[in-house]
This record gives sequence, structure tokens and C-alpha cells, in this order.
Amino acid sequence: MYGRKGFKLISELDLYSDILPFNEALIKEVLQEMQSLYDANVANSNAIRNDNNMALLPSVQLRHIALKRNKRCILAYIYNRMRKLKELRWELGSILPPEINTNLINAEVQWFQSYNKSLAKYMRSLGEDHGFNLTTNMVPPKTLYVEVKCVEDFGKLELDDGQVILLKKNTYHLLPRSVCEPLIRQGILEHKST
Amino acid sequence: MENNGDVQMTAENDDQEEEEVTAQSVLLAIEEAWLNEKFAPEILPHRSDLVDCMLQQIMHMEENMKRLDKEDLRLMIHRMELDRIKYVITNYLRARLEKIEKYTIHILSQEATRSSEECYLTVAELQFAKEFLTNIEMLFKTIALQHMPGNFQTFEVDTLTVKPNLQTYVFLRANDRINGIIVPGSMDEEIDLEPGSQHIIQYSAVADLVKSGAVKLI
Repeated sequence: MYGRKGFKLISELDLYSDILPFNEALIKEVLQEMQSLYDANVANSNAIRNDNNMALLPSVQLRHIALKRNKRCILAYIYNRMRKLKELRWELGSILPPEINTNLINAEVQWFQSYNKSLAKYMRSLGEDHGFNLTTNMVPPKTLYVEVKCVEDFGKLELDDGQVILLKKNTYHLLPRSVCEPLIRQGILEHKST
Repeated sequence: MENNGDVQMTAENDDQEEEEVTAQSVLLAIEEAWLNEKFAPEILPHRSDLVDCMLQQIMHMEENMKRLDKEDLRLMIHRMELDRIKYVITNYLRARLEKIEKYTIHILSQEATRSSEECYLTVAELQFAKEFLTNIEMLFKTIALQHMPGNFQTFEVDTLTVKPNLQTYVFLRANDRINGIIVPGSMDEEIDLEPGSQHIIQYSAVADLVKSGAVKLI
């Protein structure tokens, strides 16, 4: 049945919230289906024009709708992967973890880099000279300091006031929230709610 | 709002009281702009004047705080206050970026009909929007569109446009007295808003009032 493969692409998006390996094989199959539908339509519409064979018209229309649907499915697949990728940029920063990078195809990596560039350019334009980082202060501030547990060896961390602390695995710290926020999102620190 | 109390405290603590009073009015204005942007379905005219002013103020305050003793209790309060202001500004700008990314084509086509004085986007935002659209088009083309047959290769701007839902309902409080708002969906039912009164109404009926500042969304 037409459009079933395109639907498979969409349900893949729906079933998994992570970014899966780009399903190139399935995309190719959908594109092939489109090509054969298109060829059939070209042949039929020629027949309609030359022999005035109106009986073919409904099947041409049906194939046309199937073509449009397939296109929509493919673009939705790409667009929603891009959206997830965009969320990651805000969560993890400009460098993607390798387990995600391997699931992307070239064009997506390129898109990510362009997005990074645009966003960085925009953030630099804010304020007077050094720009303004929009990826911090993601949640409303409640307290200045938060209690955190270090879950990974990180090494030295310099605070805003010049103090240097050592982040070792399984140690507890009371740190300024603004410093912790990115580290918590990267999974190096864990927020201990009190 | 919690913030207001803190600002007044600064006004008392600081020598340059005159400047601080205006800083407070800017903060109030930016809070209103932030809430409007947060609750309005469409993108609103930018308020980069407020953002720039506030960012400058933040820099100023950070300088002042360096002079304070580390053990000083006021330092903690100032820091907390700064964090809150920064949150408001980042959240405001992020909300705008999110709308730009979601409604890119719609916003760009609307923006093209406006003159440079009545632009809704700042120069930087406009550039971001244009680049965002180019990047998506590039992504679609390289992966899929160029492999599609014949006239299906086109990047169909019309079908890919996402428009904000202006029929959504919003909560608002009137700043001024407003007469004769026609309730959408009714034949000719009109309502008047008293200053300070609160209402729930379809956004499309009050869009212009939000932009002019006659009402604020809550």
C-alpha cells in the first residue's frame, strides 16, 4: 500500500525520544516509491492527454496524493530530528556527545554547526561588548547556592571569585547555582535537593 | 512580584538614587514585556531598548558588587537579585527565539511588509531568522528534496509555513480604560474594560492593545 513506508518513518520518531541512527535505507525506499508513482503518473497523464482516456484520472489523483504524503513524511522525519538536535544544543552546549554524533548523517552535522554559529552570533550581539549567554539561567533562581554531589571526576573548577576547588567523584559541595547549572546538565554534578 | 522589593532595597542602599529609580521602572517595563511575550501566541514588537538598558545596569551592578566585602550580607542579596533579573531577560529573549524558530517563514514574510521603524525583530534577530530558514532549506534539500522526482523537489514555502494560533484565549489585565472591544464570534457584542480589571478573551481581539501597552497579559 502506498505511503506505508513513510508512515513507518513517523512512527519511528514517535516510539523513541532519543535520536536514533538516521534511517537512510527506509528513506531510500520511500524515495523509490515516489519515483515509481511519479513515473506511473507521467505515463498515465500522457495517455489522458493523447487518447482522452478520462478513466485514468482518478488513479492519477490518488498517486499524486500518495506522493505528497510521502514527501510530507520524509520532511517531517528530518524536521523532527532537527528539533531534537536543537534541544540538545540548549541542554548540552555546542559539542555533541559521541554516541549522538554517530547517529547523525553529514548534512545533520552541518546543520548543527550552522545553528551553533547563528546562535553564537546572535548571543554576541546582545549587550555592550562581550555578549550575553542565553543558555544559562534556564530555571527561575530560588537560592544562590545549591548542594551538589559530584558523580564523575572532573578536576579543578575555578569559581567567579577566583577560588579554585577540586571536583572529585563522590564528594559533596555547596556551590553557586550559576556555576553548577551547565555541569549538572552535562551529568558531572548531581543536584541534591534539601 | 518578589523582584520589586529587592529593587527598592537597592535604591536605599545606593548613593545614586536618581538613577536607581529609573532602573526600577525599566525593570517593571521589562517584566511586563516578558510576561506579554510569554503568553502571546505571536511574536511581539521587540523591546531591545529595555534589554540594552537592563544589561548595562547589570554590568554596572556587578562592578559595584566587586567593591563590597565578601562577608557582607548585602552581597548575597544583590547577587540573588541580579540572578533574578538575568533570568527574566534570558527567558524573555529565549521565548522570542523559540517563536522565531517555530514560525520562521510566517514571521519573515510579515516582517518583509513592515518598514524599518515598525519592525518587530531586532537586526540580530532578523539575521538569525534568515539564517535559520536557509539552514533548514539546505538540510531538506541535501537529504531529501534533491532526490525527489520532478516538481516535488521544490521547497514549498506555503505548505511548510507554521502560523501561530491567534484564536487562543489569554488572561489579561487592563492598564487603561478601553471602550468597545468587539467580542469575536458574536454578532456585535461589545465590552468595555475598566483599568485594573481582569478578563479572559480571544487573543485576536486584543492583539493591538497588547502591542500598544493598553493591556498586559497575565
